[in-house]
Amino acid sequence: MTIQPTRGYRAFQVVNAVALTAVVAVTLFPFVNIVARSFSGEQEIRSGEVGLVPRGFTVETYRHVMSDSMFWTNYRNTVVYTVVATIISIVLTTCYAYVLSKRQLKGRGVLVGIAVFTMFFNGGLIPNYVLVSELGLRNSLWAIVLPNAISVFNLLVMKAFFESLPVELEEAATVDGASTYGTLLRIVLPLSKAILATMLLFYAVSFWNSWFAGFLYLDRQELFPVTVYLRNLIAGATAGADQTAASDSALQIAASIQAVTIVLTMLPIMLVYPFIQRYFVSGVMLGAVKG
Amino acid sequence: MSLTKPADSVPEVVPPPAGVAGRPRRRTWRTAVRRDWQLYSLAVLPLLFFVVFRYLPMIGNVIAFRRYSPGGDLFGEYWVGLRYFKMFLNDPTFWQVFTNTLIIGGLTLLFCFPLPIVLALLLNEVRTRWLKGFVQTISYLPHFLSIVVVAGIVLQVVNVDGVVNQGLRLVGHGAIPFIQEPGWFRTLYVSSEVWQTVGWGTILYLAALTTVDSDLYEQARIDGASRWRQTWHVTLPGIRPTMMTLLVLNIGTFLAVGFEKILLLANPLTYPTADVISTYLYRVGIVSGSFSYAAAIGLFESVIGLTLVLGANRLSRRLVGTSLW
Repeated sequence: MTIQPTRGYRAFQVVNAVALTAVVAVTLFPFVNIVARSFSGEQEIRSGEVGLVPRGFTVETYRHVMSDSMFWTNYRNTVVYTVVATIISIVLTTCYAYVLSKRQLKGRGVLVGIAVFTMFFNGGLIPNYVLVSELGLRNSLWAIVLPNAISVFNLLVMKAFFESLPVELEEAATVDGASTYGTLLRIVLPLSKAILATMLLFYAVSFWNSWFAGFLYLDRQELFPVTVYLRNLIAGATAGADQTAASDSALQIAASIQAVTIVLTMLPIMLVYPFIQRYFVSGVMLGAVKG
Repeated sequence: MSLTKPADSVPEVVPPPAGVAGRPRRRTWRTAVRRDWQLYSLAVLPLLFFVVFRYLPMIGNVIAFRRYSPGGDLFGEYWVGLRYFKMFLNDPTFWQVFTNTLIIGGLTLLFCFPLPIVLALLLNEVRTRWLKGFVQTISYLPHFLSIVVVAGIVLQVVNVDGVVNQGLRLVGHGAIPFIQEPGWFRTLYVSSEVWQTVGWGTILYLAALTTVDSDLYEQARIDGASRWRQTWHVTLPGIRPTMMTLLVLNIGTFLAVGFEKILLLANPLTYPTADVISTYLYRVGIVSGSFSYAAAIGLFESVIGLTLVLGANRLSRRLVGTSLW
């Protein structure tokens, strides 16, 4: 890199900086707009005045949404579903990934194949729906947790990590008479804290964000996760938009309420995002290079 | 998905000397289970998961060939042959949603596959570390949002009172009701998809870009290649395996385009352009209760999806020597 950059290259650097600034602006713009809308008065939103700054500043909408006990019930559901689902997913994924990482294990190829095949072919919506219904899982936490317990992508990431651990450590443990369970718990897992954290985040974010399973299998409002709460608000709004010139006040409130609910739903993710981002990136790379 | 195949079984047991007749080279199942039963036991619950929630639904697709009534037998009551397949093949709505799927899938591929490559190349030219990191952090952000949140944001932004229409009014254009206009749905869908996925899509390319041999750049420079030619002749060939892998994966999910997002963004007014196979079978099957009919459509979609990924993988291996497995 000792060669002087040409004029053309310098021009390119300027264009590049402009292009990347545009990328950042376009990415952030909708966020800023939603936050601005959430703090704006209904009147100002409806008349199309709200851009990047709140108009008719009010926190009344926040107070209104947060006083809805169903919102908090559903928010709590999301937390509970996410915690339970993440724990189960981590346990199952760790167990299977550890088994798959044992190269000398007889039948390993078949076990890998069973998992990988499901990445490219799945039963489809209807048979899954029929199955979950017939198992009697509807209207329970298990309808959300069990059908998505193992993500094959995460499984392969973890398998790749276990394979990269030095074999000698485990061999030494075996020689000392440790069982497989003991080796996994006391030798392997303490060395795998980084990957466990990554898996935890992968699963937790995906369960936090999921809505379709809840929408499909839960009928009672007090069981909904907060994403389904938000979805019903949005669906109400689009259905309302069909009836043109519907100018009742319920609909007018909906716009600012939607914005507030959107902000409150994404808030936890946004708050932890700066800290978790690099774990995600390293996880994706690990999965891609060795998966 | 491996690009580099690791050396398989590491011989941890000294192979038996040649001439010891009748001794099997591989351990038998009996000795394998006796030796590794603890390992196998760890696989039991995960296998149960795969059997029940992944393979049972695959078998459950037999209801596409059988009469099924809700609450009845999981696998239906009696055979009806290809009746449901004939039904949907003669259903004009099916062909409409099939066409929509191809168009939306094609547009998504057209924009969401190359744009991450372009963005990664641009980011790769940034020499200021913090600036590069900043752009990356911001552009990954939408990936972490729930689809419901994304749909909510889209609907607010393009609403009649939203910022997009404010911009239109600024240039003297009348407001456009984007959400209700069938003609705008695909633009809406693809741009929101670009917004959400392009930044995150650069990760693998950025990783691949760091592995391109710097000696090649040196040589190209000595040969008098301009920056542009270096990009064309060194950088792009260097990330070709990553490009092909992602292309194959993209093609594999071609028909399954954005089910959840379309479900959230579309409404009866935009169905003519928005409705795709998966949302159609959702409405026919789960909302209207024609399970067998919808299962037939779903099976058709899955089989085409599998064929596409196998075909694309084969082609990729033949043409550039990169394949998923």
